Amino acid sequence: MTVTAGIDIGSTYTKAVLAGEDGTILGRAMEPTGYKLAGAAERAFTQALEASGLARGDVAYVVATGFGRHQTAIGDVQVTDLTAAARGTTHFFPGTRTILDVGGQTMKASRIGANAKVQSFRLNDKCAAGTGAFLEKTARYMGYSTTEIGPLVATSKAPVPISGVCAVFAESEVINQLSEGAAPADIMHGAIASLVDRSVQLMKRVQMEPEFTLIGGILRFERMAGVVRDALGAEVNVPPGDLVQFTSAFGAALLGQRRLRRLADDAARGTVAAA
Amino acid sequence: MAYAAGVDVGSTQTKAVVINEAQEIVGRALTDTGANVMRAAQTAFAEALANGDIEEEEVEFVVGTGYGRYKVTFGNTQVTEISCHGRGAVHMFPGTRTVLDMGGQDTKAIRVQPSGEIVDFCMNDKCAAGTGRFLGAAAVALDLPLAELGPTALRGEKAVKISTTCTVFAESEVLSWLGKGKKTEDILLGVHESIAARSIGLLRRVGVEEQVTFTGGVTKNQAMVATLNKRLGVQVNTGEDAHFMGALGAALFALDRIIAARAPARTHGSVA
Repeated sequence: MTVTAGIDIGSTYTKAVLAGEDGTILGRAMEPTGYKLAGAAERAFTQALEASGLARGDVAYVVATGFGRHQTAIGDVQVTDLTAAARGTTHFFPGTRTILDVGGQTMKASRIGANAKVQSFRLNDKCAAGTGAFLEKTARYMGYSTTEIGPLVATSKAPVPISGVCAVFAESEVINQLSEGAAPADIMHGAIASLVDRSVQLMKRVQMEPEFTLIGGILRFERMAGVVRDALGAEVNVPPGDLVQFTSAFGAALLGQRRLRRLADDAARGTVAAA
Repeated sequence: MAYAAGVDVGSTQTKAVVINEAQEIVGRALTDTGANVMRAAQTAFAEALANGDIEEEEVEFVVGTGYGRYKVTFGNTQVTEISCHGRGAVHMFPGTRTVLDMGGQDTKAIRVQPSGEIVDFCMNDKCAAGTGRFLGAAAVALDLPLAELGPTALRGEKAVKISTTCTVFAESEVLSWLGKGKKTEDILLGVHESIAARSIGLLRRVGVEEQVTFTGGVTKNQAMVATLNKRLGVQVNTGEDAHFMGALGAALFALDRIIAARAPARTHGSVA
């Protein structure tokens, strides 16, 4: 069996996925990216290998993606995170035409064609208000850690309005809401609603079309998908379980498989031509 | 002798100033605004009275200003901080035509007439980039007290270019530059350059006319003053009391009211 690896070096987490020819996931691992990107990529890859019981020599091709893809020596080739996300997403949901990817420090909306080619995309790249960092800050102002966001917001009954124009200014807003007796769960829900408002703006700018698929680390907060569905008034696809975080890495591994097939085809044709 | 007071409730710190009829500052105080805005206003006012050895009854009029001006419950009226900074700056530096007020969470560029009247202003209202908070984030990332930022940056020789706009991302960027072996002083110099560039962007939107007076809490940072001077190509007016400029302006407005109340009632429009 030919095994390929996809390594997604994201702003907050680095994800590695090993895939077989038929698209089965053989192993996966995730590591905080930190400031030494090469080290994080190496660790995630090694752990994914351990999880699958494979050796490095078993991996025929490695594809790197994510914002840090050019800053590590890892990978036989680099692809953009949008291309990788499109590939991974359509594997799970072939009807996907619009992808929303919300990570720790980035938010991306892209529209793709039937061939999983990216046709239009928009990034929120200057401001933390549209990213997971906004939720993390909001949680921290109330004394909660990032891991507590999911369980906390699950208990919310209704969102408290949070303007969400700036992750820094949110602090005063959160303090005011708390002093007026708002529940932390409802404030967190409000922060998610404001993040979703921004997502919908971004999706409008790529001229979104159904089906909609949501990926990225922030989607592990189950409430998020529901809020997006309500805001869009349409059904949304979400890859199962923690795969929401691994979709781009998985997509990169699938692109590795395709690349190997092409190389094999070219080689075969070359042999024929030479003969 | 009557006294007038101004209380400037800022996003980060609350300032109070008491002046006499000769428009001289006789008492001043500064306290953190914190979550209880009303109490911060009371504390600053009480401390300014104590600082000037003045009884509360001697103060005839109090003007509240700043984002929390409506929480100055003991104030007689409120005036926007834009007007107060303009008024205070022109009073302290009569040649002032442009004011840059840099506070904890906002930065404002104000153009004034020789009278102190506002011609135009603009501010960062959506984003903490280019405000004192950007320095605060750098201080956290570098684990330095705020007061050390200026002196450290002044030792910088080659500013590291800070590419992120957002204060939250800047914190990560500062750490990543440290990880890449850049010197703390060069990173900090870059942080100051970045804030100065954004502020000057605001100033250009209202039009920079000399003299430029620099007010607000960040005036205490010598590296910021130096960076602004260099990038603007003019020496900005600033000084010890620049942090109190909004409160001073408010106190001057309060004094106007006291004097107006004394003037004999006029009979406008009456047919004599």
